[in-house]
Amino acid sequence: MMMRWGRELTILAALALLSGYLSLTQPNFRDAFTLSTILTNAAYVGVVGIGMTMVIVAGQIDISVGSMLAVCALIAGTLARAGAPMFLVVLTSLALGLGMGALNGALIAYLRIPSIIVTLATLTALRGAIVWWTKGYWVMPLPPGWKFLGTTHILGLPLPVWIGWAAVLAAAYVLAHTIIGREVYALGSNPQAARLAGIDTARVTFWVFAVSGLLVGLATMLHVTRFSMVQTQEGLGLEFLVITAVVVGGTNIFGGSGTVVGTYLGVLLLTVTSSALTFLGISATWDQAIRGAFILVAVTADIVRTGRWRQPVRWAR
Amino acid sequence: MAEPLLQLRGITKQFPGVLALDGVDFALTAGEVHALVGENGAGKSTLIKIISGVHQPDAGRIDYLGAPATFPTPRAAADRGIAVIYQEIALFGDLSVLENLYVGAYLRPLRTTGRRVDWARMRARAQEVVASLGVELDLGAPVHRLSAAQQQLVEIARALLRDARVIIMDEPTGPLAQPDVGRLFSLIRQLRSRGVGIVYISHRLEEIFVVADRVTVLRDGRRIITAPVAHTSRDALIHDMVGRTLDALYPKSAVKAGAPVLEVDALSKDAALADVSFVLHRGEIVGLAGLVGSGRTTLAHALFGIDPPQRGRVRLDGVDARVSHPGQARELGIAYIPEERQRQGLVLPFPVGENLSLAILRRLSRLGFVDHAREAAVARDFVRRLDIRTPGINVPAAALSGGNQQKVVVGKWLAAQPRVLIMDEPTRGVDVGAKAEIHRLMSELAGRGLGILLISSELPELLGMSDRILVMHRGRITGELRRDEATQEKIMTLATGVA
Repeated sequence: MMMRWGRELTILAALALLSGYLSLTQPNFRDAFTLSTILTNAAYVGVVGIGMTMVIVAGQIDISVGSMLAVCALIAGTLARAGAPMFLVVLTSLALGLGMGALNGALIAYLRIPSIIVTLATLTALRGAIVWWTKGYWVMPLPPGWKFLGTTHILGLPLPVWIGWAAVLAAAYVLAHTIIGREVYALGSNPQAARLAGIDTARVTFWVFAVSGLLVGLATMLHVTRFSMVQTQEGLGLEFLVITAVVVGGTNIFGGSGTVVGTYLGVLLLTVTSSALTFLGISATWDQAIRGAFILVAVTADIVRTGRWRQPVRWAR
Repeated sequence: MAEPLLQLRGITKQFPGVLALDGVDFALTAGEVHALVGENGAGKSTLIKIISGVHQPDAGRIDYLGAPATFPTPRAAADRGIAVIYQEIALFGDLSVLENLYVGAYLRPLRTTGRRVDWARMRARAQEVVASLGVELDLGAPVHRLSAAQQQLVEIARALLRDARVIIMDEPTGPLAQPDVGRLFSLIRQLRSRGVGIVYISHRLEEIFVVADRVTVLRDGRRIITAPVAHTSRDALIHDMVGRTLDALYPKSAVKAGAPVLEVDALSKDAALADVSFVLHRGEIVGLAGLVGSGRTTLAHALFGIDPPQRGRVRLDGVDARVSHPGQARELGIAYIPEERQRQGLVLPFPVGENLSLAILRRLSRLGFVDHAREAAVARDFVRRLDIRTPGINVPAAALSGGNQQKVVVGKWLAAQPRVLIMDEPTRGVDVGAKAEIHRLMSELAGRGLGILLISSELPELLGMSDRILVMHRGRITGELRRDEATQEKIMTLATGVA
């Protein structure tokens, strides 16, 4: 048990230490607003992280999530301004995300273009399309119904937090208990053996990217419905934050292992750290340095724990 | 005999759970070709890894060039003139021949100092060495454009450029076509006449009588015998290698063949498969013989939908079948145990149980959700039936021995309840005991009506287990031999296309 959930428990301990320290020294940290901001931020990043975890476990990478999020956000905002009902806006965001993810997936799974290339292309092209289409103007003002999703509270916590938690639990269940979940791990662990066991590896690859896109569509709605405008640079650099959380959360960057619960805890740790810097009056520029340090600590801890650094370099024979 | 170039005495090496070498003596004289033979797992690889500095012995001593020596790293051994040429050639495909010859040991300019490398001098020396071997080699060509034989030549030239005194060749004829084998042998004789000592490892015993001076047989980590090849025979070597009679190893029971289960008609694929036709009956084990590259694995891949054929017909139980994906093959009742167990057969980090269920997840699920209780029951059933030695079904497959891993792969496919089982080198790299068990299992499965297509490079295995043997050469079936008429000689004649 300790071994199996080792990473999750370590992050939980780090979270407890950090929050404990902040609660004791910074009275403002304890208030409900801070907690709810942290959890809401973690919700949308965490939902993107679920998709990213699946993609990385399957042995791929998706760096286009930030651009996809911006496209979903801007089109959803435009639609809302045009008077579309909110459920239609939400559906559009989900459909757009699914569509863009499916496009990534089709190019990667069926044309067999490396995922880093495909998603680099979509990252760049979508960002370019946004600038061309919006000419840099933000989408505002938004109708009053826009903020319903982001500002409704249940049991004192914003709705996006609950939706995020539900998504994490559902994804954890799918990965552990369904055929497709098993196939994602098998594919990432040994693509050749997976194919020879009769698994339709192209379909599984397509699926993880499509799901990743769909989850970006959902995350968009959890994120932007908290604000009264949509910015053009929405989601910029999101891929780095999410991939960092996935790696810190214990997923093997080469595929085959990792959990969405680990990723969510990774997201929480990064989010709490960011807000800790604000409270402690440390410049936000340190945020990135700390994220980098987390990656190194996580990966080093793995290698020390498994004793891999002491094993000889593997020879071909 | 002259003073040995290299002498090993009482070499012992223990790995977790296995005593790989147990007090082994081995000597190599300058200008000698010393063959090293033994079954997989006998300790050949460990011994050459000790000579070449990959492993350190736990006990024993090594004398090299008349003085005690240790080789703490492969680099140290290479620097002192010990070169290894592995079966899987280890060159840099995108770099030129010249660059490959010098990687890791570039020559510096003679006069000036500094880190610059002297390509002109390297080229001149390389040309000299290649010419002295009496061969042609384009030094500017990228290595991936070379044939297997030419790549081997690059390795040999590379060894000579580093003044190798000892060259270890591990299955050097494995990747070669027949005419190239002859050329390699004359090259080896040339090296011998220059005073290089050669350790020659091969499973092809007939080669040893052609090229070697002495032979050492290893079995279960011990040296059984060392003798001049003139004083031994093929049968004596096999007896020393196996240490038991062959009957126990090949428990083939007579099964009456039933109706045709797999009918293959004029299957073709580029140049790799040409008009391949045959019939496999229920209860029958049909062996597929041929040299590497003869099209055996291509045929298996075509039948299993990994690399579908372009022309031809496949019928299963008399019904036309089109297979364009392994998933389809599985649904049609075809199972394939691939050649490379670890790379193709198993998801090593997955528990034994999840490996066993991988091909039948759909049957163990409802609405896409895996029924873990049923999965565990099926897995435990196969662990018991195949006698897979594992601490439990939740242990990663990586933790099992080769023979038990292979049983997991077999179990995975038996779970899919196939009609046709294609086994590609099913006992490669498993120890003799597990080998006998896998053979017994094959016999039992055939007895229950399964049609088995057995691909093997081990002729005794083919002869021992098959009801009929089909021999392939260059993508064609060049002959068919009944169990009672098949001999190694007949198979080799058909496989080399001499007939």
